This record gives sequence, C-alpha cells and structure tokens, in this order.
Amino acid sequence: MTEQDYYEEIIIAGFGGQGIIMLGKLLANAAMIDGLEVTYFPSYGAEVRGGTANCMVVISNEPIASPLVTSFDSVIVLNKASCERFSPRLKPGGLLLYNSSKIGSVIPPVDAEVLAIPSDDIAVELGSPRSTNMVAIGAYLQKRGVIPLETAVKCLEKVLAKRHHKTIPINEKALYKGAEFAKGLLAGQTVK
Amino acid sequence: MQKVFERTPSIKECHTHYCPGCGHGIVHRLVAETIDELGIHDRTIGIAPVGCAVLAYNYMDVDMVEVPHGRAPAVATGIKRVLPGNIVFSYQGDGDLASIGAAEILHATHRAENLTVIFVNNAVYGMTGGQMAPTTLNDQVTSTSPQGRTVKHDGYPLQVSEILAVLPGSIYIERCSVYNPAQVRKTKKAIQKAFQLQIDGAEGLSLVEVLSPCPTYWRKSPVQAMKWIEQEMTKVFPLGCIKDTTL
Amino acid sequence: MSEKILMCGNEALSEAAIIAGVDAYFGYPITPQNEVPAYMARRMPQEGRVFLQSESELAAINMVFGAAAAGKLAMTSSSSPGISLMQEGISYMCAAQMPAVVVNVMRGGPGLGNISPSQGDYFQATRGGGHGDYRTIVLAPGSVQEMADLTHKAFELADLYRIVVMVLADGLLGQMMEPITLDHLKPIKTKAKPWALTGAKGRKQNIIKTLLLQGNELEVLNLKLQEVYRQIGDEQTRYDTYQVEDADIILVAYGITSKITRAAVSKARQKGIKAGWVRPITLWPFPSKVLTELAKEPRIFLAVEMSNGQMVEDVRLAVGGGGPVLFYGRAGGAVPTVDEVLEHIEKIMLPEVMKKA
Repeated sequence: MTEQDYYEEIIIAGFGGQGIIMLGKLLANAAMIDGLEVTYFPSYGAEVRGGTANCMVVISNEPIASPLVTSFDSVIVLNKASCERFSPRLKPGGLLLYNSSKIGSVIPPVDAEVLAIPSDDIAVELGSPRSTNMVAIGAYLQKRGVIPLETAVKCLEKVLAKRHHKTIPINEKALYKGAEFAKGLLAGQTVK
Repeated sequence: MQKVFERTPSIKECHTHYCPGCGHGIVHRLVAETIDELGIHDRTIGIAPVGCAVLAYNYMDVDMVEVPHGRAPAVATGIKRVLPGNIVFSYQGDGDLASIGAAEILHATHRAENLTVIFVNNAVYGMTGGQMAPTTLNDQVTSTSPQGRTVKHDGYPLQVSEILAVLPGSIYIERCSVYNPAQVRKTKKAIQKAFQLQIDGAEGLSLVEVLSPCPTYWRKSPVQAMKWIEQEMTKVFPLGCIKDTTL
Repeated sequence: MSEKILMCGNEALSEAAIIAGVDAYFGYPITPQNEVPAYMARRMPQEGRVFLQSESELAAINMVFGAAAAGKLAMTSSSSPGISLMQEGISYMCAAQMPAVVVNVMRGGPGLGNISPSQGDYFQATRGGGHGDYRTIVLAPGSVQEMADLTHKAFELADLYRIVVMVLADGLLGQMMEPITLDHLKPIKTKAKPWALTGAKGRKQNIIKTLLLQGNELEVLNLKLQEVYRQIGDEQTRYDTYQVEDADIILVAYGITSKITRAAVSKARQKGIKAGWVRPITLWPFPSKVLTELAKEPRIFLAVEMSNGQMVEDVRLAVGGGGPVLFYGRAGGAVPTVDEVLEHIEKIMLPEVMKKA
C-alpha cells in the first residue's frame, strides 16, 4: 500500500446464493488486516427478497465518511440483472469486473476498464461451481494490487461458517485461479 | 378465651380504600394467608395492576411493583426470568387482564411462564367509575352501556379463563367466587394450589379467577351483590376447575 | 495491541452490552435491528443470562421493567415504530427510577415508513417521548466503534443515575460493518440496589410504584427527578469538535450524519472555506454551552440531519441570537452525501466569501 490517498468505492452484486455477502465480508476483512480503513454495508430487508444480493465496500487509508455509495470505482457483478443495474453507476475510469459465463459482452456507459472473467466456468473446471465468487475476487485483487491475495486467503476462515471450513482449500484454489486468469488478461492487454 | 382468627402477618393492619361490600379485601386476605402458610413471604414478589387493586401493596406486606395497565404478566415474566427462585404473582382485575392486557396474559400463558395469576373478575371497571368491561354481562347497566350491554353493539362477555385453558402453557385454571363462606374456602384452596405449583417448579402458568362483588357499580347492596354473583354471574362464568394438568 | 474485528453496529452494541454485564435482554423483531435479538439469542444463554423474545414491544419494555425492578441490568432494542410502543413503559420506568438501556435503530417514518436509515425520532428521544415530565439520557453513536462504546457507557449511566438511557442509532450504523476493538471494555461496577424487589427477607417490604396521590408527593418526585437531570447535565454532557477555532461556518450533526458532514468540512477546508464541526454525543443533555460559546464570534451554523429539522431547534436555542442557524436535511430514509453537504456549504459560504473580499 502506498502512502498516497486511496479511496475506493466498490459494489459487489449477484444472485442470492452466489456468495455475494461472503465476498464483501472477505474483502472488508482483508482490507482491515492490511491496515486500511474499511466499511461494509449489505443490502437488507425487502431488497434481499427479490433474489438479488449486493453489498457495498469502501476501502481507504483515510477515515471513511459514509458506507452508503451512489457511484462506484469498482463494480463486481456475477449476474446479468446486477450488471444492468449497477454498471450505469460506474465512475469514469472505474473498473467493471463481470462474470462472463453469465453475462454477454458489456459496454459500460462511461470510460471504464472492463474485466470479463468466466468465473462460473473456471469454478466448474475446478470441480467447485459454488466457488465462482472466489474466482471473481481473485481476479479483482490481482487487478487492483492493493490487498495481497494471501491476506484474503487468510480471511476465509473468518468469514466462512465453521461447517464450511472444509471448503477452504478449494476456495483458496479458486481465488488463485481467478487471479491467474486476470493476470493473463491484463498481460494480453499490455501487449495489445 | 380461645383465639379462633387473627390477621395473617402478610396483611397490614390498616384501613383499605375499597368500598363497603367489595370483594378485594377477602381476596387480598386469602393471598396473604396463603403466602404465610406456605412460608414464602421472604421470597414472594407481587405485581399490582391498574384498577381498584392498584394500591394492593399498601395492604399486602410483600415486595411489590405497580405496573402499567394490563402489563402485569410481562413484568412478572421479567422478574421471574431473572429471579427464578422467587415466587412471583400478579393480581389483576378484569379490565386489566381481559381487556387491555389480553395479549400479555395470553402470551405469558403461551410461554408457559411459571407464574401465579390472581384474576379478580367483577364484570365492571371500578376505579374509573363503573364502565363496561369485556366481562360485563348482557343487559348489565354500566356508565358506558346505559341501556344495558347488548350483543349487537358490544358482543359477548369474554371468558378469558376458558380461552387460556386451551393453551398447553396453562397448567391449572380454576374459577371461584367469594359469595358465601363455602366459596371463600374453595377460593383459598385454589389460591394455595396455584402458589404451590409455582413453588414446585411446575412448568406452566396457574390462574385463579375470582368472581367478586362490586356493589357500588352494580348499584346493589352488598348482600344483593353476592346474590347476583350466585344467580347471574355464574351462569356466564361457571364455577369450578377449568383445567388441572396435575390430576 | 488490541485485536481489530469486523462487526456490524447491531452486533457490536450487543457484545458491548454483554461485556458491560447485561443480565437480561427482551425484544421483538423489527428491521433494521434484527441482528441484535439474533445475536443475543445466541450469546446470552452461553453466558448463562436471559434472552427472551416478547410478544410485542409493549411486553418487551415491561419485561425490562420487571428485570430492572428485580435489581438486574436489563435492555431492549427496537426501531422507530417499536420504540413508539415502548413509550408507555419508558415513562413508568423513569417515574419509578428504574435503570435500563433502550436502543433505537431508527428507520424512516412516519407510520410504518420504510426500513432505510433515518434520524426522525430526535424529538421523541430527547423530549422524554412518553407522557409526563421526564427525560432519558440519549447517546448518539457516530460509528460502529461507538455503537459498542456508547452502549457500554449507557449501562454505566443508567445504573449510576437510576434512569433509562437511550442509544439513538440508525439503520446505517446498525447494518454497516467497520473494524472495531472491544478489548478496552470491562464489566461495569454496579451500585447497590437496596430498593430492588428480591423478597422481603429480613427487611421491610420494598414497593416500586408510580401512582402518587397524596398531597404534593408527585411534585416532590418531579423535583427530585429534575435535580437528577440537572446533575446529569452538569456531569455527562458530551460532544466532539473539529476545526472550530477559526471557523466561519460550523456544521452541527450527530450519528452517521456527523461522519458525512465531517468529511464535507474537510473538503470545504481544501476549497478555502473555513468550516468547522460540532458533534453532539449526548443529544440529551444537549451540548448547548459549546454552541453558545462559539456563537459569540460572528458565525453561521448549519445543522445537518436525516430529518426535516429536529435537532436544529436545539441548535437555535443554544445559539440564541448569536448567528444565523441554517438547516439541511434529507428525510424518509434518504442519506445526504458528502458532496451534497459540501455543495450546500458552498452555496452559503461563497457569497459570504465574496462579501468579505
């Protein structure tokens, strides 16, 4: 982490059951362990009934004013409905990371970086379809380079309920796989 | 000379504010005698309602709290849950228990709270000046049913004890009265049992409903009032044990 | 070093209550505070203490009344509509001088409103809320850390002054997670309670009552309560300030809004506007003195709230004729953004800056 000002407003969204909330908590915990200021805010109440889930994470090296965010530096979306809902609220120069296994090509309304990660497919290949969220977060961490992958891995134990602890090794694998995929994409971009 | 009767220690030596012919004095005495006879004075906590018995703590010499109208079973729950070794009873009238506190008594019963409830039913609001209660009989004249209560306008008298008896959380419910000495003795027995069950740690709520006279707002003499309980009130509120799971 | 943990406000306040030594929690479900009863349902039995879900908020506050009357530390939590239902019990408890903690995680109103964060219950909280001439201490946490710290403090104050203490939060503070520490919190030292109902063993009967019919005994109680309130005002008024010394405009905000306005003040400073910030931590007693002092210099005051203007009335009372008191608010569950507040500051101050130039 550099000493200069860092302020990132992130939304993570998808279907209920895609591990969205867990993903947000993982990112928030990792940021905390990394010594950053962080807030996490879940969608709740009536909003969670529609089958979609989202959460907002703000990461900064300064105290954070509000956990409630209206436009985003990073949009991480795992299904189409969420992509349609939140990608219009990207800030110019922001990052759109989407699950390309479920979402066709996306043209963000503003000048933004786009990372298409076939996270469902990668997770299926690993034999753990439910780890699609881990693939996405791995790709995100790789792209941002703010929080080390190992820090996120360390937090899996914290954010997963004890009964799911047996899935930690496969989730760790999925996270690194996502990072690797993003690395490849980014390298390709540089060449281009 | 042989002493055949004396004031039980848990009743204070004082005048009460109750009207001549009121039944509260008798019921207070029965509760206090029970507390003394069972030897639980040192660990009993009573709850006074809003209604004529609001000043019950001035007459009964045990720890007591006076609570918002109808909420006695909720307060009793709070006390009993933090002091499970104490004996907690609520003393409530029909306006307090059957009307504004219907939810609280229903749910305290539903939760099977180990509590004792003394429910004094005189079919009228006394403290506020003789208004209609949910337990007011059909045709009974009150200040808010001046032509007499009608089913068409106000529905039927509410039989709370029967309702509570349906719930598995009630273990003992008996309806008694104080209209003659024999009934007073029966009432005493019921009250004793309701306290004994709590002492034994029985899992559930015990309630004794006492049909009690209000000569003032029934516009009757004390003697006529006692007769009216026997002849009219017991038709709607039949006496006897409604539920006893200990048998 | 104390370990940081990531917790949401509702859970943080729950754990802080447990650390403080709460003996009993009673509550009824309502969003956005459902994490509190869920947390308590799990943790209180682990500690051998009482958790009970009541049939209504009316019952919950009266269960708290019962537990408090028995000399125990008791609490409940709810959100705006539920807190309205509890006002009866709070009035009785304040009359009977029962210590207890009530948490209000405010939501949008009036009526059933919505489940979004709001600060619409300020009047209700700071003016007693129920019938009769009484007050509750009102603490306004401004972060998840303070959800824990001020809930812990609430038990201390409740026990010390025999009063109901309300922790006035909102849906945002309740739901959001931040890194916090709890290591510094310890069980509170409670006062002896010779008045508690425990059974009259070896002593005279204890009576807890609020019906006072004889002569002027009710006035005597009222005067006694007022004396306690004066003492609390002297001893417990709390607030926080930021860059007020040279400020031309002072923002006044509490709770989550104070976080947002503080950031706006920083941004305004970067733009050359001399902005400052006062955050009441106790809403009752309200920190009037600091505002009265600040108003001795020519300054503009701007109250920012998630309501249509409630705390601003206390700011006006404190400032008196000392300077203009303006208001900016969002209501019905809307949350002001830093930029919105900044824009508002600029709208007020740019003409002022022009005038001075």
